[in-house]
This record gives sequence, structure tokens and C-alpha cells, in this order.
Amino acid sequence: MKRDALWLRANVIKTVRDFFWERGFLEVETPLLIPANAPEEHINPVTTLPSWQLQTSPEICMKRLLCSGHQRLFQISRCWRSDERGSRHLSEFTMLEWYRAGCDYQTLMTDCEELLQHVAAVCLPDSRCFVHNSAKINPFAPWRRISVQEAFLRFGNIDVRDCLRKGLYEEILTSVVEPALAGFDSPVILMDYPSELAALARTKPGNRDLAERFELYVGGFELANGFSELNDPLEQRRRFEDVNRARRDGGKSVLPLPEPFLTSLATLPASAGIALGIDRLVMLTAGVDTIDEVVAFTPEDL
Amino acid sequence: MYTVADLKKGLKITLDGDPYLVVAFDFVKPGKGQALYRTKMRNMINGTLLDRTYRSGETFEPASLEERTMEYLYKEGNHYTFMDQQTYEQVVMEEETLGDAKNYLLENLKVEVMLFGEKAIGISLPNFVNLRVTGTEQWAKGDTSGNDSKPATVETGYVLRVPPFIDEGELIVIDTRTGEYSTRVKG
Repeated sequence: MKRDALWLRANVIKTVRDFFWERGFLEVETPLLIPANAPEEHINPVTTLPSWQLQTSPEICMKRLLCSGHQRLFQISRCWRSDERGSRHLSEFTMLEWYRAGCDYQTLMTDCEELLQHVAAVCLPDSRCFVHNSAKINPFAPWRRISVQEAFLRFGNIDVRDCLRKGLYEEILTSVVEPALAGFDSPVILMDYPSELAALARTKPGNRDLAERFELYVGGFELANGFSELNDPLEQRRRFEDVNRARRDGGKSVLPLPEPFLTSLATLPASAGIALGIDRLVMLTAGVDTIDEVVAFTPEDL
Repeated sequence: MYTVADLKKGLKITLDGDPYLVVAFDFVKPGKGQALYRTKMRNMINGTLLDRTYRSGETFEPASLEERTMEYLYKEGNHYTFMDQQTYEQVVMEEETLGDAKNYLLENLKVEVMLFGEKAIGISLPNFVNLRVTGTEQWAKGDTSGNDSKPATVETGYVLRVPPFIDEGELIVIDTRTGEYSTRVKG
């Protein structure tokens, strides 16, 4: 069983790689060990050496490559997030990230549709459907795009701003909204997040309360997170400082800022980038419900 | 003191003064959001199930549970008394707490008593116990009715199904995990 899953995993990764090569994306490798990640309130990096960290995402270096003039980039790499272990989480996992200069998050949504259709067609030639919790999800059927505000109102009858104020956002999202998204038989894009939930995303033109961020859900299962990149260094520094303030108030360590990244942001072209969990994509392709089933070893096996 | 990072299946914690066993656990973390630790727990005294969700930073008291080898002494009403042979300390448990275990309690049987603080909350039995049959119908030779078992009562009052060749007064081995007849003690 595990042997089949590992063959499927290798096939999914090869198929993803071919997809981006065929579209003229440059495959890059950036350092996994870095002095600072982009600080996030709820992501704890693994600290190594005297003070460096394993990457929680390759975003910092990928965006610096956009600054130096690359137009289309992708990377499949290992990421580490401390203390994350569950049926869908491993502290060490494999992430696909891709970036495009000269466009916004809408283009990435189209990329997602084409990528998932390509993976389904190549890796699942008979059914051409992903499976999650025994439900089939057809990437060739029309995808839905729903705003976060609309999803909370429609499925939870509650204002997402109220949820955030009352500290109920994660609870309502995971126990009400995500199960409702599982009812769709094609992938769903949840878009336009409250800006405090998108520390690195650009806000919508004319609406500073909403960010151009989206999440891709397949069968109610969160697969990818993408956004239009913020490229204002002062605004970015202010947001990182807010993150660190929230971390300090929450009893968490204050994280170092990625200074060279902040400096380079002034030259970042209009662009958009996205992270997609490869382990989860393999789970959906294999039709299994735990991440343990699609990796060669779990930490508990070691 | 445990933190949410210690949560896993099989962990025993104290909640509202009772010991609970974590029977299901998952870590849930929506993109960029706060982590939620979803648990299902069983109250180790009354068996009720409870769903609880925790967040980072929350802490738990471990359930101070201790297992001690004790000997079953006697029953009075629906109270069962056990004694620690080392310290002569005695504990009493109600029939309800013992559940099916009461079916195998014969005086002087050694069992593992689970203690939560001072309170005895359950016992674990040996996997097999020997009990004497005190009542069963005689097997009629030549009975071709096809019944391959018959009811029998053992000395604790427990009734189970045994093969037709078992007679009154015989010693049989019972599997306490299933409550079923296992074999006859040759003697």
C-alpha cells in the first residue's frame, strides 16, 4: 500500500514539475537554512545553528529573485514548522511555490485550475477525479469562487469580522465553513481575506480592509494559499512589527526581520505567488485521509 | 503539567477533578491561522465521552493514576473490597465501577487496582481465570440435537456458554477479555 503511494507521490511531483517546465517557469533551488523567515503570528520556525532558521516557506528568496528580474519561477522544496503534527500536518513537509511577475492573484487561480486538471489527467487517467473523505472532486467541472465574507455569512450566518473580534475565526472556519466547502463536487476558491489575515498580501484597490489573498479547497481540504504580493517596504515592515507585537502579547518569541528582503521589496514588480502542499496533493490523488500514508517516513517512524 | 504539545491518544489528564483518557486527537490549523487541538476524551470513572478543543498555551494537569496489585476479599451488598497485601490498605469499589470484571472475582484473586488519588476507579484482571462450574445440565449421551454449547453457572454466579461435555464441579478457564469459555482444566 505504502509502496503504491510512494510511486504515486513520485508521479505527482514529476507531473507538477513537467507542468511548470512546459509553461516556461524557471525551476529554482534557494537556501533552506536562512537567517530570518517572514514572521507570522501563528507559524513557529525551527531554529538551528546559533540563530538561523529552517525555511517555513521559500517565499523570501523567491521574491528576491523576482526583484532581480525573473518573470516566472517555481520551486518544490522542504519546509519546516515547529510543533505541527496531525492527520494533515508534518513539521517537515514538501511545498510547491510558484511566482509570476506582471499579474495578480486572478492569474494564479487560473494556474490552479490548469495544474489540478493536468495532475488529474496524468496521474488519474481513469477517474480524472480527486478523492477526499471518500467524496469525488472533479477538477474539470466549473470551479466556484466565494469571498470569505460571503462564505461565513452563507454557511455560518455570521460576519467574519465578528468572528475575528471574538477569537472564533479558526473555530468557525474549520467546523462550519470548511465542512460546507466539502459539499462541492469541484474545487472551491475562497478569496478576499480580511487584511489582518494576510501579512504579505496587497490590499484590494480602494479597500484596505480586504487583501487579495485566496485559498484553494478541494473537498473542503485546504490545498494552497496564494496572493498578490505587497511591494511597499514601509507597509511590509509595519505589518511585520505588528506580527511581532502580537507574538509578544501571546507569549511567543519575537522573530528577527528579513532585512535584505525588506530592502529589495522596493524593486519588486507587480506580482503574485502561491504555496501548495505537495503531500496534500498526493493525499487527494491517492484518495487517502492522513498525511502519514503519503510519506516514506513519519517522525514517529524514525 | 502538560501542554497542548503533549496531547495524544492515550494521554491521561485531570479535568474538572476527574481523570480522563484521550481517545482521539487531531491537530487542526487553517492557513495562517491559530492551531486548534481537537480531542475526544473518556471519563475514566463513569465512561462518558467529551469533545474538547484547545489552543496553544493551554495546560493540563496529569491524572495521577497508580496501579497496585491487590487481592479481592469479599462482597457486601454491591460493594467489593480489595486489599493491598503489602500495606494491608483496603479499598472498596461499587459493582457499577467494576463492570464485567465482577463476573470473575473469586476470593483471593490477585488483580491490578487503578487508583486515582485515594479513589479506586477500576481493576485489570489476568487475561485468564479458572472458575468451577456450579450448575449445568447433564449432557445426554447420544444427543444429536446439534447444540454445540449449553449454559453453565460458575462459582461467582456468572453464566456463560460451555461445550456440552462440561459437567458440574469441573474447573474451566475463562478469557476475561471476551467473557467466553476457553478450555477445561484437566485434573
